[in-house]
Amino acid sequence: MKGTKQILISGFGGQGALFAGKFLAYAGLLQGLEVSWLPSYGPEMRGGTASCSVIISDSPIGSPIITHPDVLVAMNLPSMDKFEPQVNAGGTIIYDSSLISRAPAREDVNNCAVPATKMATDAGVKTLANMLLIGRLLREVDLADDEMVNQVLSKVVSAKHADLLDLNKQAIKLGYEYKE
Amino acid sequence: MEKVLMKGNEALAEAAIMAGCRHYYGYPITPQTEVAAYMAKRMPKIGGVFLQAESEIAAINMVIGTSAAGKRTMTSSSSPGISLKSEGISYLAGCDLPALVVNVQRGGPGLGGIQPSQSDYFQATKALGHGDFRRIVLAPASVQEMASLTFLGFDLADEYRMTVMILTDGTIGQMMEPVSLDFGEPCEAVKDWATVGHKWERKPNIITSLSLQAEELERQNVERYERYKVVEENEVRYEEYRMEDAEICVVAFGVCARVARNAIEEARKMGLKVGMIRPITLWPFPKDVLKKAAEKCHTFVSVEMSMGQMVEDIELAIRCQRPVLCCSRVGGIIPSPDEVVEKLQEAAKMGGKAE
Amino acid sequence: MIVFEKPKALTDAPMHYCPGCTHGIIHRLVAEALDELGVTGETIGVAPVGCAVFAYNYFNCDMVEAAHGRAPAVATGIKRADPSKIVFTYQGDGDLAAIGTAETVHSAARGENITVIFVNNAIYGMTGGQMAPTSLPGQVTQTSPYGRDPKTVGYPVKVCELLSNVDGATYLERVAVNNVKNVRAAKKAILKAFRNQLEGKGFSLIEVISTCPTNWGMTPQQATEWVDSNMIPYYPLGVYKDKYGEAAK
Repeated sequence: MKGTKQILISGFGGQGALFAGKFLAYAGLLQGLEVSWLPSYGPEMRGGTASCSVIISDSPIGSPIITHPDVLVAMNLPSMDKFEPQVNAGGTIIYDSSLISRAPAREDVNNCAVPATKMATDAGVKTLANMLLIGRLLREVDLADDEMVNQVLSKVVSAKHADLLDLNKQAIKLGYEYKE
Repeated sequence: MEKVLMKGNEALAEAAIMAGCRHYYGYPITPQTEVAAYMAKRMPKIGGVFLQAESEIAAINMVIGTSAAGKRTMTSSSSPGISLKSEGISYLAGCDLPALVVNVQRGGPGLGGIQPSQSDYFQATKALGHGDFRRIVLAPASVQEMASLTFLGFDLADEYRMTVMILTDGTIGQMMEPVSLDFGEPCEAVKDWATVGHKWERKPNIITSLSLQAEELERQNVERYERYKVVEENEVRYEEYRMEDAEICVVAFGVCARVARNAIEEARKMGLKVGMIRPITLWPFPKDVLKKAAEKCHTFVSVEMSMGQMVEDIELAIRCQRPVLCCSRVGGIIPSPDEVVEKLQEAAKMGGKAE
Repeated sequence: MIVFEKPKALTDAPMHYCPGCTHGIIHRLVAEALDELGVTGETIGVAPVGCAVFAYNYFNCDMVEAAHGRAPAVATGIKRADPSKIVFTYQGDGDLAAIGTAETVHSAARGENITVIFVNNAIYGMTGGQMAPTSLPGQVTQTSPYGRDPKTVGYPVKVCELLSNVDGATYLERVAVNNVKNVRAAKKAILKAFRNQLEGKGFSLIEVISTCPTNWGMTPQQATEWVDSNMIPYYPLGVYKDKYGEAAK
């Protein structure tokens, strides 16, 4: 990956926005890139929206705070409403169209609708809609090939949940191969 | 050594353990709780002590006890909790005991909020408790520095027998960045003053901050300030960024320095010659380098998350020779690079003339 | 033949306590206990803020002087640094039962393996005779000049009774030192409190009813009598808890 990518992932607490961000940060780290990962914190994490800002760059990172994301991953409607206007022109919005009824109004961005929750449920990986969206993101951002996905997952999935490794892989693949 | 992704608060905790700290005392408060949670997990596995005290006051006094017994020890908290600890921090100074205290700042005064802030700058650098005394105040601006400055902090605390404070905020504490935990060996001082039982081999060691004879108390204060002078001579730390041709000098620490870096890049694209001096030690404050910068820079801009508390130190350092503007957001809001750029444009327009 | 000598665990420093004050006796009993157990060289004491603030000059062991009320927290830090050491606090009633109540209750609740010597003379001595948390109803002090009125300032805190409900506490006994018989009982209790610590049994607190003739406005003799006539009826002597004692079986 060349240059800097600012990625904002946002959803309800429990949808796995922070974990998805951690996956991306590790993908950057393992390739020797500069990375930062910054969560929203406090009471808003309990039941409200949870977002995290991931910056991946080939040069040192200044502010870890993202005001204008290059990529927005929206996992619920409040996140879409809040962050859509902030996305850089020419940027990308990837959203879970099974939970977000409206398409983005922006015409100067690349919109990717993925019915992630429905697909994940149908595939029996109900809790991994977040990783499906990450799979879709990997098609837009050249950050990790299959081999790298395996490496990163072995870092971010704790030994306690080793049984989830293959399911995560499957979810990422589903998202990557999804055709609108 | 392989770099790992860690949260700032966790990197700090792990670095403390690597520095030989085996006694952590704390009390839950947002946004520093990861430090306590990390210690609770790690300490029992390495024969250390994690103790959740009944209050911030008890926690700092447990630190006093363990430090008196000659062991490396620390506590961490966030702004309101640090106010409670200030009693104990004053006693640490009066007893000349080393300790590491972490403040992951949040917005105040009072209960305030839980979002990041730098509004405890005055408290940390000027008056963290009653009496004549100083602390070394370290301000990390990355997860790497959360770790390396904590490791360094324990050595400095031992060397100068004083409290070292890590002054950070929720952003640096909560964010993850790659970090290398390769620091070499800690330099633990010989602590022949520690209260560990005299075994009838020496006179009793007494650790006290009480001194009712005025001349004696004065002597102790003077001795302490001689030690502080050595600290001021040897321990000033800062980072310069694009200062080689700078006409405007940004001064910022912690997360604000990160934001300012983006703003400086933008301003440079606009043709403004801007650089930054980032204090790493807030006490001792990098006075000399600022004073020297005043020879070339026509304006200073303090970027901070307080109502301009650091402006006074900059003005003092440069003897008010140049105007010092302040770009600040408070209450838990972090200034945006755009806001900083705007302030830099204003500074350029003023060209060094006072408002 | 030596029949009476100063304990090795006391220094030669002349004590500053007022005539008739029983701090000196209590210091001696603590020192005797340390010597008899042979632990003085392994002991760290924690002095309070109050009349006993200079205890660090009198005990011939390593000493730390704590902030007002914080001695049990400081002692916790010392004990946790090296659990093989013997750690005690020596505190007055304002220190232990007012400003340091939280530290007292929670070090007991944690079952901290330390020994607390609690000197209760129902008044603030060092600051010149103000009302203490343990001042008796009706007691005249500088800050209760018309007598302590429970209707406005509440009732005295009975520390042994209070802590007897704390599961973590191991051994609680209230003693007095106003006559030979009571001094002997006090010695036994203090010795047991230190022995408990040696045996790793946890938190022991000995409440010693003491005198303050200066601030009570009495002669030393009147003061010892006042202990019998007023203090002990309100603060009955005895064992309030003994987790490993006879009564526990």
